[in-house]
Amino acid sequence: MNMVVCVKRVPDTSESEVHIDASGKDIDKSRLSFGINECDNYAVEEAIQIKERLEGNVTVISLGGKDSDEVIRMALAKGGDDAIRLEDDAFAGGDALAVAKALAGAVKGLEYDIVFTGALTDDDGYAAVPVALAELLGVPHATYVKKVEILEPGKKAKVGRELEGGLMEFLEIDMPCVLGIQTGINEPRYASFKGIKQAAKKEIAVKSAADLGLDAADIGEAGSWAVLEQFTPPVVGEMAEILEGEPDETAAKLAGILKEKGLV
Amino acid sequence: MKDIFVLIEHRRGEMRDVSVEMLCGAGKLGGTVVAVLLGKDVDAFADKAAGYADKVLYVNDAMFENYNSELYQKALSALIKEHGPGLVLMGNTAQGVDLAPALAVELGAPLVTDVTAVEMDGDKPKPTRTFYGGKLDAHLAMKDADLYILTIREATFQAEDPSKSGEIVKVDNPVSEDVAYRKFVEYVEPEVGDVDITQSTLLVGVGRGIREDKNMPVVEELAQAIGADLAASRAVVDAGWLPSDRQVGISGKTVKPKLYLAVGISGAFQHVTGMKGSEVIVAINKDPDAPIFGIADYGIVDDLFKVVPKLVEKIKELKGA
Ligand SMILES: Cc1cc2nc3c(=O)[nH]c(=O)nc-3n(C[C@H](O)[C@H](O)[C@H](O)COP(=O)(O)OP(=O)(O)OC[C@H]3O[C@@H](n4cnc5c(N)ncnc54)[C@H](O)[C@@H]3O)c2cc1C
Ligand SMILES: Nc1ncnc2c1ncn2[C@@H]1O[C@H](COP(=O)(O)O)[C@@H](O)[C@H]1O
Repeated sequence: MNMVVCVKRVPDTSESEVHIDASGKDIDKSRLSFGINECDNYAVEEAIQIKERLEGNVTVISLGGKDSDEVIRMALAKGGDDAIRLEDDAFAGGDALAVAKALAGAVKGLEYDIVFTGALTDDDGYAAVPVALAELLGVPHATYVKKVEILEPGKKAKVGRELEGGLMEFLEIDMPCVLGIQTGINEPRYASFKGIKQAAKKEIAVKSAADLGLDAADIGEAGSWAVLEQFTPPVVGEMAEILEGEPDETAAKLAGILKEKGLV
Repeated sequence: MKDIFVLIEHRRGEMRDVSVEMLCGAGKLGGTVVAVLLGKDVDAFADKAAGYADKVLYVNDAMFENYNSELYQKALSALIKEHGPGLVLMGNTAQGVDLAPALAVELGAPLVTDVTAVEMDGDKPKPTRTFYGGKLDAHLAMKDADLYILTIREATFQAEDPSKSGEIVKVDNPVSEDVAYRKFVEYVEPEVGDVDITQSTLLVGVGRGIREDKNMPVVEELAQAIGADLAASRAVVDAGWLPSDRQVGISGKTVKPKLYLAVGISGAFQHVTGMKGSEVIVAINKDPDAPIFGIADYGIVDDLFKVVPKLVEKIKELKGA
């Protein structure tokens, strides 16, 4: 089984303030920490587990600058075999379609049975790349996948898609295919020290748009479905009444409110 | 203005709320609202949709008994080519995201997913969607095109009472052959556990802010002091710290307790969808910008490991008094 895994390096904004920069079209990323996109971490694990059961090859692909190498190397350290990084100024400002076109350009040159992606990115949250990528490659797809069972290696898989309310929809899908992986499908491993050392020596093939035979008019902002006009802070409803003070005081205030409302 | 197509979503004999919401929302954008219904013997949904649409295109075929993105794509692309709508709306649901991007690529139509607001500039939509887990709104400009596709987040539009009686047009299935490369097999229900959190009157919801499995007693003690059951965000369930039947949200349960006390939960919309109907919502989170404060009634911006043990103490004191 030959597999491809698409991974993206994203900023972790879940615990920090997000500041819009002067352009109004980007955020100030200088104080954010970065790491692998959450779903992609599960996608990597799924590919590696299948490789361990059935043998084969796992190619890691990421579109991003040199900084993305750290994310790629971590996937290699866990068991990935080869890596490609797509880098070109022409990729800038691309939305899900533009990213899918670049990834399709890279995947087309490979022999693959399954392309794994995450179900959605933590930063952009399009949840569109896997399904657009499949259409560009002309292969079947399934996204929000939370279970993969290989029925016949290289031929057929049974996959479970997670629907609303946790209901699972099982379907059979022919390979080659693209599967968008949802969090919680497996337990992502930590890379071993040995794996990290070996991965540090591996070559990451860097490819430009021209290397992939892509026209600049088809990628980046020009090749996107939509163009960002500006970011604004979200419109929030009525904000919570914030209880001020030291933990002692806020806890006492809250306990009092709960008591008053008859909740404790 | 060109017609607006709204794809009706249904599953296992139920038409999903987002369909009615979209029909009502589309009605406010101007243009003729056409509900597109693919299914097997779902006349009742055609009737229901007609109450909100100017027209219902209804394809009744066994092929559409269960959703299959490949068959839906074929049927929709044929209907779109025949009828030439300017805008297609579908839910940003597990079904919509599995379909819209492929359809958009096939038709060369601009797509925006997870739209939370939309205005029209003639035939061209101006959508808003969120980035960075809901921390920013992005205002998008669309390129010139004959057709646009948007997937709409649930509860973006308000469902209203039916006010129309659109014509129901039964159309022949434009798809001649079933596909072999993607086949529906079955639905499997989520597991049920010891506590049914949809029945709980008091809930303490725990999120990734708890950091590690070994910190769980911090919230367990709080739940015990209050007499609440423990619920969780998806992050906590994915990590295996609580079983999946405790998950609140889009892919978990919808709860409406008297009290939902969210501890270390950021308030992603997928979570909020499942608990915003709670009577009193309290959030404890160290990030003042956490979206959860936008829907909470009371908030404490602080380290949960400092606040929660104090809260347990105070509640015990009050209860003892
Ligand atoms: C299709 C789909 C379906 C989904 N369904 C669901 C669902 O049903 N339910 C669900 O919950 N999610 C769901 N999600 C995931 C959702 O998008 C979020 O990723 C998830 O809700 C985040 O969980 P969290 O708030 O616990 O974690 P995070 O977003 O990581 O937030 C952790 C919070 O803890 C705070 N924190 C950290 N340390 C402390 C501390 N010491 N003291 C106080 N606060 C602290 C941080 O400031 C942060 O706000 C779904 C996603 C997708 C794509
Ligand atoms: N820059 C990128 N490089 C590699 N893969 C990506 C990139 N952007 C998105 N993807 C993949 O597509 C998935 C869905 O992304 P999105 O449609 O942007 O939410 C991600 O989880 C990744 O697997």
